[in-house]
Amino acid sequence: MPTQLLAVHGISKSFPGVQALKDVQFELNRGEVLALVGENGAGKSSLMKILSGIYTKDAGSISLEGAEVDIDSPKTAQTLGISIIHQEMNLMPHLTIAQNIYIGREPRGGVFLRERALNRKATELLQRLGIALDPREVVGNLTVAKQQMVEIAKALSFDAKVLIMDEPTSALTESETETLFRLIEGLKQRGTGVIYISHRMEELRRIADRVTVLRDGQYIGSLEKHELDITRVIDMMVGRHLEEGARPSSDRHRGDVVLRVQGLSTRHLLDDVSFELRRGEILGFAGLMGAGRTEVARAIIGADPIDSGTVEINGKQVRISQPSDAVRHGVGYLSEDRKLLGLLLEQDVNSNILLASLRDYTDALGFVHTPKGKQKSREYVKSLRIKTPSIAATTKNLSGGNQQKVVIAKWLARDCDILIFDEPTRGIDVGAKEEIYRLLNDLVAQGKSIIMISSELPEVLRLSHRIVVMANGRITGVLENEDASQAKIMDHATRMGVEKEYSSR
Amino acid sequence: MNATPVTETPAEIKNPEPQRGGGALSFLRAQLQQSLAFATLVVLLIFFSFASNNFFTWSNISGILLSTAVIGILALGTTFVIITGGIDLSIGTGMTLAAVMTGIFLVNLQLPLVVGVLGGIATGALMGFVNGVNIAILKLPPFIATLAMMLIAQGLALVISGVRPIYFSGVTGFKNIALGTLIPGLPNAVLILFVLAIVAYLMLSKTILGRYTFAIGSNEEASRLSGVNTRKWKIMIYTVAGVFTGIAGVVIAARLDSAQPQLGVGYELQAIAAVIIGGTSLLGGRGSIMGTLIGALIMSVLINGLRIMSIQTEWQNVVVGIVILVAVFTDSLRQRRSAS
Repeated sequence: MPTQLLAVHGISKSFPGVQALKDVQFELNRGEVLALVGENGAGKSSLMKILSGIYTKDAGSISLEGAEVDIDSPKTAQTLGISIIHQEMNLMPHLTIAQNIYIGREPRGGVFLRERALNRKATELLQRLGIALDPREVVGNLTVAKQQMVEIAKALSFDAKVLIMDEPTSALTESETETLFRLIEGLKQRGTGVIYISHRMEELRRIADRVTVLRDGQYIGSLEKHELDITRVIDMMVGRHLEEGARPSSDRHRGDVVLRVQGLSTRHLLDDVSFELRRGEILGFAGLMGAGRTEVARAIIGADPIDSGTVEINGKQVRISQPSDAVRHGVGYLSEDRKLLGLLLEQDVNSNILLASLRDYTDALGFVHTPKGKQKSREYVKSLRIKTPSIAATTKNLSGGNQQKVVIAKWLARDCDILIFDEPTRGIDVGAKEEIYRLLNDLVAQGKSIIMISSELPEVLRLSHRIVVMANGRITGVLENEDASQAKIMDHATRMGVEKEYSSR
Repeated sequence: MNATPVTETPAEIKNPEPQRGGGALSFLRAQLQQSLAFATLVVLLIFFSFASNNFFTWSNISGILLSTAVIGILALGTTFVIITGGIDLSIGTGMTLAAVMTGIFLVNLQLPLVVGVLGGIATGALMGFVNGVNIAILKLPPFIATLAMMLIAQGLALVISGVRPIYFSGVTGFKNIALGTLIPGLPNAVLILFVLAIVAYLMLSKTILGRYTFAIGSNEEASRLSGVNTRKWKIMIYTVAGVFTGIAGVVIAARLDSAQPQLGVGYELQAIAAVIIGGTSLLGGRGSIMGTLIGALIMSVLINGLRIMSIQTEWQNVVVGIVILVAVFTDSLRQRRSAS
């Protein structure tokens, strides 16, 4: 029997309005790769943040090598030998590899740094790991894959017993991925336990010794390598529990095409994205994190530059080079990151609701007709049932659901016909979600057209008339609602361009 | 088809709906810095009144106001810029260039008074416009763009004037722009400051430019995504600041009855200090014209009072520096409290 390295039991964690984790458990053995999978929002990241000391758990126990440990800070996690490699790199691009690895722990002689000793130490470490890199190389000059190697070397320079990797291959090419896998195998032989988070089903069989599935913040189950079956994993991830929820029928009257996007490509991600949006339709955009859904929205509204592609609104080709152009053409974008990109948090509700339509309340001299604007704001607060003490309340103090309604009110006040909702219910509790759903349905009933980007498949299935599925910057499928299922969507969403062995379902 | 809730149960969802402190409380909090500044001003006035008999006389008060005028006008314009989260370092030497150009128009070219004055103001506006383009279109950091403009304006003022003051002695009525008394006992420069303060107040609180100034300072990207043409408005805002700089240039030229090309460096920092003492956040999104006015008055009352108490100029600077530290510290303290 293999020796147990890490055991986690009964972990719970809640944030205001959301229970992120409930009674989660898993075990990790020495020299083992445990793959942790689940849909977006299943709780993987929260769990890893607890292990690495970024969050503190509400309940549960963590034992490392048989002894219960209390991980109260990232520093503690590091001392205990738990290292995490985040999806986004935490390296300093202007420093060398060696300087990055030993940042804060540089060998010194008095006040002077001993650069040569530093490089020697780094060389030894890299050799031990079998990474062929020159420690004097500046990190900014390295490819993403090599930077990742540096991250791994840095994590292991702390004598990490447990190494957590959050989607390490998301930015790697196939051959780079192969190199990474060889490195991971080397680590296994040295007894390091690896927790491997990935969305890529095809990788699991290649690298994982065991797979643990989370869903809705709960532990669903684990599969050993010999019983590993991708279809089964997907079923565990999405559950069977939602197939019969109320869903819109797609054979209802379809309006004209209001938005036609053709051949949209960007330098970094999007590759020949084409689709149509019809009047009175909710077009769902499904896909995994990083599939390019938000990028499509941002490209359409002119927030990011595009390399090629055309956008037609109501049959006429339009040139949109900045968001104000999009707004003029009646396209409003509700960002996935309300706080950072959607709201003026420090300003009052009124200013936020009127932000996009302020011109309607402004006379020729530029004076804003305040009472008229406030009147309008109050109407929206009432009709959308925004819970706020008054329209003069600071937006920051509203709950997530009500903040989202403020953003919706902003676009309604502007009278946009095409609304792009990016994760409309992220961070919103269940009751408020229902209200947002109702609102979306009301809007399309009034003849508005909606693109809804969502990582919650039940939400996509419940609201969308048609569903566009993306993977790796491309559209991999467009499904009518009645043909769609969570499993089908996941299937399209994991088509990363690699030949799939599980396509026949 | 009914709309019953899906069976999804991410168990035990809490429903907190945090509804903290209402509008009144946050309003009070927003006023705190301003009333703090106001209280400081009152305390200073009382203190200096007791410290020196010569302080609370009309001639001294009017002198304080006159010395506030130029810094105050500069501070009004730069309040807009700072609320967007930017900074304008070019207002001091920009003011000098505007004064020199006014001299060129009126003295060298013998243009009519109104034309010369408008020309001086337009000089300021042009510099502001260029700042705006550099910042909004070329995406230069405001600090760098306006630092460069500060040097350019300083150099141009010296070159154009031939490093010699331009005297307005032959231009009838020019001096009166600052020193005449439309209202008996009150120099026109002070009147101009107050009128501009009202204009700036109206612009900031009643016009679309003012709303967008706050919006950009609160969250530029969110404003942009909401369809606010942030580039255009930033250029406008820097141009507005430039107009105020131009007016300050005309006023200082009228007050000295000459354009002094060596003057100007250091004015920008005093103006920025006034804005910050008045509670405008360097991080953007928050600020007021009333606060700026009070901030400018605190600066000149402090300098005047220390001078009347016969404290050396060098020590005056030390005291002003300490006041700025205290003002910014209380501000950050308040922000930290409201953040937590």
